[in-house]
Amino acid sequence: MIPYLTRRTLQGILVIWLISVATFVMMRLMPGDPVYLLLGEGEIRITQEQIDAIRRRWGLDRPYHEQYLIWAWNLLRGDFGDSLIRVGVPVRDMIFEAVPVTAKLNLIALAIALVVAIPSGILAAVRRNSFFDYLTAVGATLGVALPNFWLALMLIVLFVLYVPRWIGELPLVGRIPPFGLPGWQGYILPVLVLSTEQMAVLARVMRASTIEALGTDYVRTAYAKGLPRLTVILRHAVRNALLPVVTVIGYRIAFILSGTIVVETVFALPGIGRLFTDSVMRLDYQVVQSLVVLLAVLVVAANLLTDLAYAFVDPRIRIE
Amino acid sequence: MAVATATKPQALTEDLGRHRSEWRMAWRRFRANRLAVIGLMVIGLLVLMALFAPFLTAQDPNFQYQGMRGVAPSLEHPFGFDYNGRDLFARVIYGSRVALTVGLLATGIAVVIGIVVGALAGYFGGWVDTLLSRMVDTLMAFPILALLIVLSAVIGPSLWTTVVVIGATGWARFARVVRADVMSLKQQDFVVAARAVGVRDWRIIWRHLLPNVLGPVIVLASLGIGGIIILEAALSFLGLGVPPPTPSWGRILADGRPHLLRYPHIAFFPGLMIVITVLVFNFVGDGLRDALDPRQRAD
Repeated sequence: MIPYLTRRTLQGILVIWLISVATFVMMRLMPGDPVYLLLGEGEIRITQEQIDAIRRRWGLDRPYHEQYLIWAWNLLRGDFGDSLIRVGVPVRDMIFEAVPVTAKLNLIALAIALVVAIPSGILAAVRRNSFFDYLTAVGATLGVALPNFWLALMLIVLFVLYVPRWIGELPLVGRIPPFGLPGWQGYILPVLVLSTEQMAVLARVMRASTIEALGTDYVRTAYAKGLPRLTVILRHAVRNALLPVVTVIGYRIAFILSGTIVVETVFALPGIGRLFTDSVMRLDYQVVQSLVVLLAVLVVAANLLTDLAYAFVDPRIRIE
Repeated sequence: MAVATATKPQALTEDLGRHRSEWRMAWRRFRANRLAVIGLMVIGLLVLMALFAPFLTAQDPNFQYQGMRGVAPSLEHPFGFDYNGRDLFARVIYGSRVALTVGLLATGIAVVIGIVVGALAGYFGGWVDTLLSRMVDTLMAFPILALLIVLSAVIGPSLWTTVVVIGATGWARFARVVRADVMSLKQQDFVVAARAVGVRDWRIIWRHLLPNVLGPVIVLASLGIGGIIILEAALSFLGLGVPPPTPSWGRILADGRPHLLRYPHIAFFPGLMIVITVLVFNFVGDGLRDALDPRQRAD
């Protein structure tokens, strides 16, 4: 276990290092001189000495490898520098502001996806080729094919234009705000969109793994012992069938982050995804490079944890 | 010796015969899947639509009609007009060119890179494998959309940027599958035998290994096209894909977004086309999986 852990962690660190180098190179290749970006647009009257002073102040006069080392060292210490656009605001503060929004959105969406996907996956597997199974298959197929930005726009049209027209204000919810986050109602539509794709993928995985578990020897043995059907399904089949679902969630974190970029942008939510697209558009290198490395760390950590959790839950998996 | 030369051509023709019937059996399995066949036909129609767009609509997708801002669908203009008074039906039809070009070309690039990297890593092992596998891990550890956004911003958005960038970042999945298959295949007798009689490495890879990994790669590629079409649309939607005025589905959607609550039809139609296109590619992918890779059958 320990050698495996060490090796996997070292591999993860290597991957993160590669990503940080790639990010640094990409940022230097971006169009536009950061000095002029700092000064803003319009007619600039500035002497060469002043430009040099700014370059020195930001360390832009040093050779690239030194710039990289300074940046990487600061990252390691948790110092992400200041935003180039919102002058004087530390990038770390901007990220800390955005994380709770993204975390809330995606955790609620995941929870809803699981609550729907796991029971329907099980039921579809137990009642194979039934109407319900067919319905789940159609839902899962559609859920994967719907682009989340389009689903988002169509839900806005539905809930803002048509629902008030047809049934008036929704009980408990009232009016659903299409953009921004005034109150908890602002989370309803983005969460609905984010959970759709997860739901589709997880229901499919759950159905397939339950079918596989139901065909195993230990399930036959459990039936042979005379255990009631519900006990066999819930205690023997489902418990084992959940394992692939956990793995899929862990490995899907990169997709989940891609989804949140789009959804936050559509709904104008002040989360990590929105911060990312806004910073790319405004050429705020400082924010973009910090976010890219942070996202990579998040994905690598999630994948590592998934592997470990898998090995921990299933003792049959021998760790080489 | 005489015996050996006599049997060789026979073995060869037999081999060819089996090879051909294997593909024929796969085709029969594919045909049995009704959704996959319908999907294939719809893809054919989409390709025809993209190729012969000017024959399907007399409208210029970029012509701005005066006073037709956001006008709703009618018989003559089945999808209505966008906010700039352009005919939406024409824009959506021409938009299929972008979607299919990016979907097919980017997948092609990703498949080629993935096969080369996967075959090298799997066949040679050692430090080659370590190096390439870490590259694969790095790409997989990246929210692909974030990478695409940064790269398009760096290179400058255009149709070819989109194709190249999606292709150059999407090969990791193919490399992983090819590597795993090549690793297990190279232990098998026919490869060991080929090596024993002195066949060169590249010939073993090309003639003996690649034909055997083609099935899973085709399946993975066909199942991935839908996702790539969505990626392209997302990128265009965020303003980093194909630049205006070229009509692409994501771009038309983005154009409709600010006027969503007044003219919802502008965003509706291009999205519907994306859904249909992604669905049919997924149907064909599922059919190919059942046909080419019976071990991986869904149930």
